[in-house]
Amino acid sequence: MTSSADTLRRTPLYALHLELGGKMVPFAGYEMPVQYPAGILKEHLHTREKAGLFDVSHMGQGFLAGDTAALERVTPADVTGLKDGMQRYGLLLNDGGTIKDDFMFSRLAGEADLYLVVNAGTKEGDFAFISEKLKGAASLTPRFDRALLALQGPAAAAALEKLSPGISEMTFMQVRRASVAGAPAIISRTGYTGEDGFEISLEGADAEKVARALLADPDVMPIGLGARDSLRLEAGLCLYGHDIDESRNPAQASLMWSIGKRRKEAGDFPGAATTMGAQTIKRVGILPDGRAPAREGAEIADKSGRIIGKVTSGGFGPSLNAPVAMGYVETAFATTGTEIDLMVRGKPLPARIAPMPFVPNRYRR
Amino acid sequence: MSEVRYTDQHEWIRLDGEEATVGITKFAAESLGDVVFVELPASGKAVKAGGEAAVVESVKAASDIYAPAGGTVTSANSALEKEPSKVNEDPEGEGWFFKLKLSDKGEFTKLMDAAAYAKFVESL
Repeated sequence: MTSSADTLRRTPLYALHLELGGKMVPFAGYEMPVQYPAGILKEHLHTREKAGLFDVSHMGQGFLAGDTAALERVTPADVTGLKDGMQRYGLLLNDGGTIKDDFMFSRLAGEADLYLVVNAGTKEGDFAFISEKLKGAASLTPRFDRALLALQGPAAAAALEKLSPGISEMTFMQVRRASVAGAPAIISRTGYTGEDGFEISLEGADAEKVARALLADPDVMPIGLGARDSLRLEAGLCLYGHDIDESRNPAQASLMWSIGKRRKEAGDFPGAATTMGAQTIKRVGILPDGRAPAREGAEIADKSGRIIGKVTSGGFGPSLNAPVAMGYVETAFATTGTEIDLMVRGKPLPARIAPMPFVPNRYRR
Repeated sequence: MSEVRYTDQHEWIRLDGEEATVGITKFAAESLGDVVFVELPASGKAVKAGGEAAVVESVKAASDIYAPAGGTVTSANSALEKEPSKVNEDPEGEGWFFKLKLSDKGEFTKLMDAAAYAKFVESL
C-alpha cells in the first residue's frame, strides 16, 4: 500500500519510535518503524532469545455488540462456541468464500461484546463489510484510536508480570482485562512470532507510558516491522495480501484448522461447498537447499521445469540461519519432501516442500 | 599505490596495478541492512561497465551489484559465502566482492573519487 507522506497516519508511539532511532517507512497508510539501530537480524534473534516490543497500533481494533453470533455470517470460525476469556483466530470471507482478511476475536469474561482485531491495511473495508453484513443483528464500533503493543519472546511473561502482577498465569489464547503500569488494558496471550507472548490493547494516551515501562526492562528491546515479518515467516504464519487474499479459499490456504468442527459439519459459511471440495492448489512451506533466499513472486517449477506455483513470502530466517519461503503449488506437489525448483534470477534453485512452522512454536499451553 | 573510485550505485573499485577490487560502500551496506547471502561471479566471466556482476541479499531484499568498469573477473571473495556478514562489518575491506582485470582503464578514471562520492552521498 502506498500513500503520500502528508497523508500517512501516526500511532501514539510515533515520537517514541523517533527517539529510539526507528527507521520510519510507509506501511498500510501509517508511518511505522521497519527497524531500529540494532537492525532486523539482531531484533529478530533478540525476540527469540529474550523479549521484543512491537507497536502494532496500526491494526484495526473494535467491539461487536448485539447478536454477536451473527459474526458467523462472515467467518467460518466457531464464534458461539468461544468460551469466556478466550481469543480465537478467524478468517473473514467474502460472499464467494474467498479470504477477505484474517482476524482475532475475543470474548472477555462477563462482557457481551466481542473484541476484534483486524489487519491494518484492510481495516476500513473490513469494518464496513462486517457492519453491512450484520446490519440489524449486531453493530461494530471501530476503536482505531486505541493502541496495541505486542510483547513477544521467552522473557515476555516475566517482564509483563512486573507491571501487571498475576498476568503470567494466563495461558495461550486467553484474554482478560488487566492493569499494566497503572493503565487499563485488554491483554491476550497471543502474538505473531511463534513465541510465547502477549498483545496489549490500551487507550492511545496510555501507550507511551506503558511502552516506556516495558522497555525499561533490560530484556525488552524495541522491534520493527522487518523482524516482525521474518519472525512470522519462520513461524509459518500468513501475511494478509501476500499469503492469503481474495483469490484463495480457506482450504487452498491450508487454514482449515481455523474452521470450527460444527461449521464444517453444517457447511454454513460462504463458499462452503467449494472450500470443502477438492482443491487444485495448496499453501505449503518451502526450504531452499542453499543459502540464497527466494522472494515473493518467484515462480515454483517441478523438476522438469514446468511452472507449478509461486512463492508468496520468502526471505532469510535468522533463527534457522537459512532461507525460508511459503507459497502455493499444485496439490500433487504439496507433500512434505517433494523436490522442486524456485526460479531465482532466471535460474532454478533446488528446494523442497517442508512442514511449518519452520521454527517450533513455544506457546504457553 | 592504489587508487579508489566510486559509482553512483554505491560500489567502490580499487586499482592496484593491473588488478581492480570491487565492493559496496559503507553507505550501501548500511542502507541494505544485514547481508545474509552473496552471489559472486565466476572467474573468467566478462563484465561490462554498469552490467550486473553480483547479487547481495539482505534480510529485507535482493540488490544487484554492478561492475564499476568492464573487464574479466579474476577471482571472487568466497569467504562471503560462509560469512556474508563481513559485507556489513568491513564493506570497504574484508567485505570485497570480486577482482577484475580491466579492459579499459579509462572507465575507471572517469568514476567519482572519494571527495566527489562523499558529496554525492550527502546530496541524497
